Amino acid sequence: MLELVTISTLNGVLYGMLLFLMASGLTLIFSMMGVLNFAHASFYMLGAFFGFQISQYIGFWPALVIAPLLVGGIGALIERYGLRYVHRHGPVAELLFTFGLAFVIVEIVQMVWGKGPVDYRVPQSLDFSAFTVFSTNYPAYKMFELLTAVAIFAVLFAVLTRTRVGLIIQASLTHPHMVAMLGHNVPRVFMLVFGVGTGLAAVAGVIAGPALVTQSNMAAALGPILFVVVVVGGLGSLAGAFVASLLIGLIQTFAVSINLSVADVLGRLGVAPPTPGGVLADVWTVTVAQLAPIIPYLLLVLILIFRPVGLMGTREH
Amino acid sequence: MTAHVRTMLFAAATVAVTAMPAAAEDTVRLAYVDPLSGGGASIGEIGLKEFNYLAEVTNANGGILGRKLEIVPYDNKLNAQETLVQVQKAIDAGIRFITQGNGSAFAAAIEDFVQKYNERNPGKEVLYFNYAAVDPVLTNEKCSYWHFRWDANSDIKMTALTNYMKTRTNIKKIYLINQDYSFGQAVRKEARAMLTAKRPDIEIVGDEVHPLLKVTDFSPYVAKINASGADSVITGNWGQDFALLLKAAADAGLQVDWYTYYAGGTGGPTAIKQANLPDRVFQISEGVANEPYAPAQEFEKAFRAKVGVTLFYPRAVNEIRMFAQAAKEANSLEPVKIAAKLDGMQVTVYDGGDGFMRSDDHQFFQPMYLSKLGPISKDQPFDEENTGWGWKMTGRIDTKDTLVPTSCKMNHPS
Repeated sequence: MLELVTISTLNGVLYGMLLFLMASGLTLIFSMMGVLNFAHASFYMLGAFFGFQISQYIGFWPALVIAPLLVGGIGALIERYGLRYVHRHGPVAELLFTFGLAFVIVEIVQMVWGKGPVDYRVPQSLDFSAFTVFSTNYPAYKMFELLTAVAIFAVLFAVLTRTRVGLIIQASLTHPHMVAMLGHNVPRVFMLVFGVGTGLAAVAGVIAGPALVTQSNMAAALGPILFVVVVVGGLGSLAGAFVASLLIGLIQTFAVSINLSVADVLGRLGVAPPTPGGVLADVWTVTVAQLAPIIPYLLLVLILIFRPVGLMGTREH
Repeated sequence: MTAHVRTMLFAAATVAVTAMPAAAEDTVRLAYVDPLSGGGASIGEIGLKEFNYLAEVTNANGGILGRKLEIVPYDNKLNAQETLVQVQKAIDAGIRFITQGNGSAFAAAIEDFVQKYNERNPGKEVLYFNYAAVDPVLTNEKCSYWHFRWDANSDIKMTALTNYMKTRTNIKKIYLINQDYSFGQAVRKEARAMLTAKRPDIEIVGDEVHPLLKVTDFSPYVAKINASGADSVITGNWGQDFALLLKAAADAGLQVDWYTYYAGGTGGPTAIKQANLPDRVFQISEGVANEPYAPAQEFEKAFRAKVGVTLFYPRAVNEIRMFAQAAKEANSLEPVKIAAKLDGMQVTVYDGGDGFMRSDDHQFFQPMYLSKLGPISKDQPFDEENTGWGWKMTGRIDTKDTLVPTSCKMNHPS
């Protein structure tokens, strides 16, 4: 029991940090620009494929730097020559723009790299197990994931709350005209924020690519859960996204390890389960473990009903 | 391919082409209805490549009754509704032969559709060739005369798998992990029933299902397997659900034997190599590349040289060969006449040995092989995904030992 709890906690934290790695850019763009970027997971995928391609030639570590810069650059260009014009037509137009963008990116990736998975491997220098708990190994690469996520959180948080740049960025969102009057180039601030946000998605892609499967459907597979993280954490709250990532990681991991079903609970209370084959028989025997992957979405629905601002959000949207 | 064989093929092709010049401009079209976009695209594309290659080879050998075989791809997006739309589109385009394999739910939809279509449109019958959907239901409760299945169904595979496991005395505790849909449930149910009957001393320490193609992090599942103390795992997982499961097992250092249906799929061998589990992952299939049977090895070699991937579906070779043979025997391209010839047809299968299309349920029976992935020796020429590891045969189950009963009550048209 202690073994399973310890390991589940570790797994939950690791998975949660992976989620945060991916959600950080999304929440940054939303909190700073008010744009809900549907194409975020696509930039993450682009990062993974760029990382794969670059690491083929000059190795993983240069790829970890170059790929996010490239993707961030693409993101900035998209903001400059696309989103900026769409912005005038309001948030719905922006939403639809990024929605369409997601499909375009997937198609481009399929044209270049095909539809099958590419052979993207963990770098040699991190391909060993860091430590062993109860005969379960924890690979160094996962520790690297964890540390990167924490580092990104710390740096982002510090920049936004403790520096002049952060001050200007935050002011640009709420009082763009005043900031412009003071001599700052507000559109350029937005362009940079979008570039950094997409670049962060690419960092997540480069790192998660070897750990998961790098293929053209990876954006679709992870997109929905990122929105859960951002909404549960509170739209636009970096700390909220961090807490929500951990929470979802832990909930999902622990749920998988629970083999309890409605029938078990009622059985203990002395209620006989319905006869097998009946209409409700399936509902009775579904275990918590089977429900694990949908629990985050359940959480999303509940949060929206009972606390629409999210766990740590400050504004109504 | 040796120069000798190539010359022979060329000669055969020349003879065939010159013998039937009039028919050459007309083609026989086979609709390939499988996912070509979205999550299943990687699997669908590989199947399409193989069918295109098979068409090429068939055409070089005189085609189907002298006509060129053409594969027409239709994208079903792994969606039941879309599958039927695409099948209807194919029929509207005048195509009367349909092949599909990925996903038993979609297979069931097509089988049902074709059955009804043929009842309503006598004289315009359509045949459905199933090369990979293995839910037993398709040749039992829901069987149809117009459906032919070349892949061994899940029950046959599990029978073969458990017959081998029965002899492995080191198996004490088994964990079942499967995808939560009709096929995964069938694997789970059969595994439990057959293990209980054949090795009552084996303890089933876990019986897990997880959502299909939705899990990105399998480490909680692996932690559970580890905690259960299992020494072996049975899984029907395919695609990324297998690759990610094995990756998570590799990360955690889980040391168990894996008994699988689809470990050979894309990404599987790479994950097994990364997990460093030599000779501990077993697969049940109708063919093993490294089995020393010359005609199959020649074919595999030529296929890999041309297409660049493993021949995933030896059964598709049987399908196309039998299609051509049935047309020849019937001396007709009428689906009704071809179906009558396929019904009960006996052949020598791609990997050697006898096979037959059982008349009772249109399930094809063939020798099955249990193989394991590991380092290969000099006389085993084929590795997988450039890992240096290849599939090696550990057991062959003769056709007669693969027979399973059927509940099908088929109406054969008189």
